[in-house]
Amino acid sequence: MKKLIASIVSSAVILSVSQGAQAFTPESKQPIKLMVADWTSMLINTEIMNIILSTYGYNVEKVIADDSARYPGFEYGDLHIALETWQTTQEAALASSIKTGKVLDLGETGMHAKEDWWYPLYMKERCPGLPEWKALQDCAAAFATADTAPKGRYLSAPVSWGGNDEERVAALDLPFEVVHAGTDAGLTAELKAAYERKAPIILWVYEPNWVSKAFEGEFVKFPANTPECTSDASWGPNKDATYDCGKPEGWIKKMGWAEGETIWPCAYDMVRNFKMDNATISDLVYQVDVEGKEVEDVAMQWARDNEKTWRSWASCAAN
Amino acid sequence: MIKAMRFAMHTPWLVFVLLVLVLFAISSNSVSLFGTNLRSIPEFMILPLSDWAGNALNWFAREASIGSLTVQTITRNFAELVNWPITALNMLLADGIVTGAGFNKHQLMPPLSWLGLSSALVLYSYFLGGRRLAWLSAIGTAYLVFFGLWQHAMTTLASVIMCVIVAAGLGLFIGIASYRAEKVEIASRVVMNVMQTVPIFSYLVPTLLLFGYGPSAALLATVLYALPPMVHATVLALKSVPTEIREYGEIAGSTKRQLLWKVELPAALPMLTVGLNQVVMMSLNMVIIASMIGAGGLGYDVLRALRRLDIGGGLEAGMGIVVLAVILDRITQAAARRQSAGLNHEVRSPRPWLYLLIIFGATGASFLLPALQFWPEKMMLSTAPFWNESISFINQHFFDQMEALRNFSLLHIMNPFRDFLVELPFVLVLLTLGGIAYVLSGIRLAAIVMGMTAFIAVSGFWEAAMISVYLTACSVVIAVLIGFPFGVYIASSPRLLKPASLLLDTLQTLPTFIYLLPAVMLFRNGDFSALIAIACYAIAPAIRYTIHGLRSVPESRIEAAIMAGCTPTQVFRHVKIPSAYPTLLLGLNQTIMMALSMLVIAALVGTRDLGQEVYIALTRAETGNGIIAGLGIAAIALISDSLLKAWAAKKQHQLGVKP
Repeated sequence: MKKLIASIVSSAVILSVSQGAQAFTPESKQPIKLMVADWTSMLINTEIMNIILSTYGYNVEKVIADDSARYPGFEYGDLHIALETWQTTQEAALASSIKTGKVLDLGETGMHAKEDWWYPLYMKERCPGLPEWKALQDCAAAFATADTAPKGRYLSAPVSWGGNDEERVAALDLPFEVVHAGTDAGLTAELKAAYERKAPIILWVYEPNWVSKAFEGEFVKFPANTPECTSDASWGPNKDATYDCGKPEGWIKKMGWAEGETIWPCAYDMVRNFKMDNATISDLVYQVDVEGKEVEDVAMQWARDNEKTWRSWASCAAN
Repeated sequence: MIKAMRFAMHTPWLVFVLLVLVLFAISSNSVSLFGTNLRSIPEFMILPLSDWAGNALNWFAREASIGSLTVQTITRNFAELVNWPITALNMLLADGIVTGAGFNKHQLMPPLSWLGLSSALVLYSYFLGGRRLAWLSAIGTAYLVFFGLWQHAMTTLASVIMCVIVAAGLGLFIGIASYRAEKVEIASRVVMNVMQTVPIFSYLVPTLLLFGYGPSAALLATVLYALPPMVHATVLALKSVPTEIREYGEIAGSTKRQLLWKVELPAALPMLTVGLNQVVMMSLNMVIIASMIGAGGLGYDVLRALRRLDIGGGLEAGMGIVVLAVILDRITQAAARRQSAGLNHEVRSPRPWLYLLIIFGATGASFLLPALQFWPEKMMLSTAPFWNESISFINQHFFDQMEALRNFSLLHIMNPFRDFLVELPFVLVLLTLGGIAYVLSGIRLAAIVMGMTAFIAVSGFWEAAMISVYLTACSVVIAVLIGFPFGVYIASSPRLLKPASLLLDTLQTLPTFIYLLPAVMLFRNGDFSALIAIACYAIAPAIRYTIHGLRSVPESRIEAAIMAGCTPTQVFRHVKIPSAYPTLLLGLNQTIMMALSMLVIAALVGTRDLGQEVYIALTRAETGNGIIAGLGIAAIALISDSLLKAWAAKKQHQLGVKP
């Protein structure tokens, strides 16, 4: 019993000491709500930010929200910070949300988003012209299944991700049928199954992600995606159609609730300074998704190994 | 000629088939009527229902106000209020008191120890249901602890407890109100029927708008889902209180309130527990979907595991949900049996202080022995690699056979059937359904059924609705083809009844997500995988009702048949099946309902039906589309429900049996 009381007391002491040791006092005790979505790099980056903010004594809450459904949450102050906003899918939505004046662009993370048609390397033998997109016109049959033959079968992302693959197939005259997976996991499940059997497959893959680390393969080279490609029919290989190019690639940005800047200016500063690169995050994602480690442990390990880096982001709290 | 006419009179079906053929001939020749052909739905008939619903909801959630308070302020504060007990329960059961994160993380208080909670549970099970139930609880909790699922199982349990309390309270309240006033009952029955059939994804977006993100929105969505059975059970329970009991109460001079709380409700308790049991099961059914909008727990584990294609890990976490469901189910059932057995046989319950002593004793000990707080990771078991390798093995060695099966079904059965349904002229479908309803019941049902069909047509989701019908029909056929013979077999061998009910419970509570991914690996994304997932889920009621129907055939009838010299096959064909007919039809009805409720989840493997529309609406937060497409699924469900019930009633009337 003595020991029991002792341990309660000692834990209380730890708490008071840790608070006392803090040179920095946060501007507000109001909880900062970090948005968490369902893909792994976002989970890790958010946990890293959680570790940093908590270290400086901020009260942090994580709130699960959907990638595309986040904007009303940010505009109404239900969500305060998001670590990842992908140009490839969210550019227009972010821009229109910023226009309301209630949402801030907190700068790029340094990670580069890319998503496009992707195939395992062994498919190169069966379709030698790859990665040039023109090769797909001739060897679509190599990617065919009974229900799409003689056309090839291209496995696209969930319908809700957009991506304009139907338009692309028509504009580039690709003899492919676009089949939509229902979820991210559905995409990779089919890739894994095909990969184990060295069976034909071509599908939508995005980076940074663990897929390109776990499976050998490469992206198809389409004409580069430019603003003209999607707006001007005469641009590109097909003079009468838009979308005769690949998918867009680009930045991954941080965003925040505008009012929060006045509540926790220093925390917003740390978020602005946050940087991450593709190689590091792919490695962390691999540890979580393939090796099965916990997100918290992986993020904590990164924080231990890179303390100098993230301390430098928090210059406003160093006084 | 007269003979033929009489024949037609007695079999309205014949008239009906003729009518359908004529209509089909007319419409397939594209005869135009009122300037449009009958084949497709004319543009002007499609109303912007989704926009209306979306705008109305946005207005309600953002601008509407009661007095000076906006609705949103009220709902948000309510969400805060609900959040409080969830957090408290979570601290107590799962996480303890933790502050900060990362370098600043401190465990101030541990959660209640798993050893204390599980011992108390085993003791309570022993008191309620004897040695058998105690063993079940012991094995179940041991599974959760040793497989490292305990902490998240407690998070799930915390939200299920909250949800059950709220749903049971609210259900009781609505049930009592319905029991007292017939008008309320009619209204609540209509609302509950729609609520039960509208897919949960449809009301996730509105709840997010009103209650914000996080566990309270998930909780409220679950409550909405689990509410209807409690309301039904309450009304039924109160109605079945014997009049003598009520009269005794009145003679004793009870007021209306005393009568309700002191006489009627206690007398109705056994049946109320049945409703409570349903609420528990349905909340656990929702665990995984709730975790998609922020409830965490085992559902989230399943989602995470499946994301990294760790099918075995997903299966383990999913079995954790099954374990919770089975334990809670058996305990509530045992409690219900105790109640109905009356007070005479009661074994004295151990005193409450004994439970508290066990729980807090073990928790106290956990300060000295940290393994009693959180079971050490190194000592956890896992069977996940085995499952993952099994799937890989099947994939590598049997893929060709499975691919052949898939291709054959798709190319020769499913796709042609789908195309046929999609091509069916709208007017033909409308009149056919109306005709069937008229023949089975009368003009009133015909009007209702045609109204609902027209609703789907004007909503602009006709094609998606037909694809839903095709997917549902295919999976129901499979579920019945497998479930019926299986049910017949089980019904004839009573020894298998208990294991079979465990299997059925597992099928119904194991999150479908888990078999969705192996299905995708072996059968690719698309309708065939969806079909398998839906059939797996819908098979349970097909089996259950078959067993129930066959076992409740009166012994006297069977004996009479045997004495008349029937062979076992004849008894089965001419006595058992006809007597069980109405129950079998109700089973078919439930199978269809289950299949329809799975459509939304099947959307996750890339179908193109109403479920997909609802799912897309959810991910894009398009309130209007989600609600209207969801109501489309509800309309299909209600149409098939009312037609089958009318058919069952007719059969029942003809046979003079009760289901």
